[in-house]
Amino acid sequence: MTATEPGRLDAEAVRADFPILARTVRDGRPLVYLDSGATSQKPRRVLDAEREFYERHNAAVHRGAHQLAEEATDAYEAARATIASFIGAVPGEVVFTKNATEAVNLVAYAMGNAATADEPYRRFAVGPGDEVVVTEMEHHANLVPWQELCRRTGATLRWFGLTEDGRLDLSDLDGLINERTKLVALAHQSNVLGTVNPVREIAERAHRFGALVLLDGAQSVPHMPVDVADLGADFLVFSGHKMLGPNGIGVLWGRAELLAAMPPFITGGSMIGVVHMEGSTWADPPQRFEAGVPMAPQAVGLAAACDYLSDLGMENVAAHEHLLTEYAIKLLGGIDGVRIVGPADTVDRGGAVSFTVEGIHPHDVGQVLDDQGVEVRVGHHCAWPLHRRYQVQATTRASFYVYNTVADVEALAAAVREAQRFFGTAPAL
Amino acid sequence: MRLDAMYQEIILDHYRNPHNKGLRDPHEGEAHHINPTCGDEVTLRVHLEPSGASLDGGATVADVSYESMGCSISQASASVMTDLLIGRTVDEGMKMLDSFNELMHSKGQGEPDEDVLEDAVAFAGVSKYPARIKCALLAWMAWKDATVQSLEKQSADEEPRQAGAGPEGVS
Repeated sequence: MTATEPGRLDAEAVRADFPILARTVRDGRPLVYLDSGATSQKPRRVLDAEREFYERHNAAVHRGAHQLAEEATDAYEAARATIASFIGAVPGEVVFTKNATEAVNLVAYAMGNAATADEPYRRFAVGPGDEVVVTEMEHHANLVPWQELCRRTGATLRWFGLTEDGRLDLSDLDGLINERTKLVALAHQSNVLGTVNPVREIAERAHRFGALVLLDGAQSVPHMPVDVADLGADFLVFSGHKMLGPNGIGVLWGRAELLAAMPPFITGGSMIGVVHMEGSTWADPPQRFEAGVPMAPQAVGLAAACDYLSDLGMENVAAHEHLLTEYAIKLLGGIDGVRIVGPADTVDRGGAVSFTVEGIHPHDVGQVLDDQGVEVRVGHHCAWPLHRRYQVQATTRASFYVYNTVADVEALAAAVREAQRFFGTAPAL
Repeated sequence: MRLDAMYQEIILDHYRNPHNKGLRDPHEGEAHHINPTCGDEVTLRVHLEPSGASLDGGATVADVSYESMGCSISQASASVMTDLLIGRTVDEGMKMLDSFNELMHSKGQGEPDEDVLEDAVAFAGVSKYPARIKCALLAWMAWKDATVQSLEKQSADEEPRQAGAGPEGVS
């Protein structure tokens, strides 16, 4: 696990840290895992950290005064500090959630709840005449919660369209973001196209009108250096399991003054100030948004994942994936009948490569790839409107991470050719 | 080898040359089903002919027609299904559906009854792949819905008509 030179990862050494990559699939085929966009594999360090917490320090955090409770609470809060530092934030601005989806819902429901909250919390309320702006490339997780918020409150949902080459269409930026805009929610990096969006430009326009900006970092935080101070966003959400961390933990980062002014989403134990039979007050953030016994072992595991990535160097991670993406676009793009859905270049583009193979449905492509041990995602990848926009029913998506190699990309291209051979769609030579 | 076991020649034949594709009239029931994981869709129509005075399980499946988009398994399954069902009674069709459903959930262990399922036994290999079961069942479930609609429409027609009380989704 070493970075031998800038921009290079020793992927073979990295692979040795991931026990699952040594197994075979489908009758002895070596595993070629190209589905990290859905979920990543976990290095031993992450598994060990979680296990050690359970074996040595397990207790309910922020409860009890015994030694284990102290140790568990310390480990949980230390994890928060590590994860905060990974994105250039302070610990008090990091809220743990179940995943990125829940983090988006936390903000959407807080905005919905603001209408009926006490006066200081009303500033987040939206209603008729207000607008929420999203994009046509959003994952359903950053689309449906806003549709629902608008439906409940009478606010209007608007969205940026996409260009033919897989980028945000900013031609109507000035029309879309205006004095009625309350919030702009967008993907930092598309989980289908790989496109990295110009967040600063959009955030600057939004902030001119006092609108908030929520960034879906589920596909960016695991793959590139992300510093919340540089982004210009007000909220950032991401999931632990897509960045070598455990399942069941996600993060909402929010500017401290915003979190302090937001009403809660989920209520219950731990998030309260004082409770009477008649009513309750709320704790300060981040506890206000962490009702119930939190996922301390997963927080510790995610912190270990952040350390692992920091040791590799996020610049190196990004450069490594850039290399693989470039190679994949070249190899796949060179196959007759393959159409890449997303930018054909690698400028502002991450390592998700979605494509169609003429005459073969993605489910069938995926089946042949799986038979070769190549594990990819097929379907609409929770981005149905995006697929409709490009007039494709579904796509096959390969996504890369730190443990993927040039050989993996070659296995992918060979398996696509095999699918063409199997279904008899290979163009005659 | 494993692929050949799943993609039997008969499946690929039906995929390339689907039978009974294209929506037709007359029809009493129409169902639109979508597989939400991949977006595959089928719109399927059923035309029943009563055996006696009223439509019931003894009615004949006079026609099944459909429009669809999807993978080879879903397309071939729809095509094979129409060949099997047209000319049978509704009761016979429902028995086939149950039998096919059971086969699909057999995790590759099922021993399909060729007397009941005929060409549909070719889909036995699909049951080893949980992600593909829905593909094979999509048209069958649409047929079930459209058939139930047809039967309900008939019984609604027999009762005294009330304004606006007609079944929805029937064109």
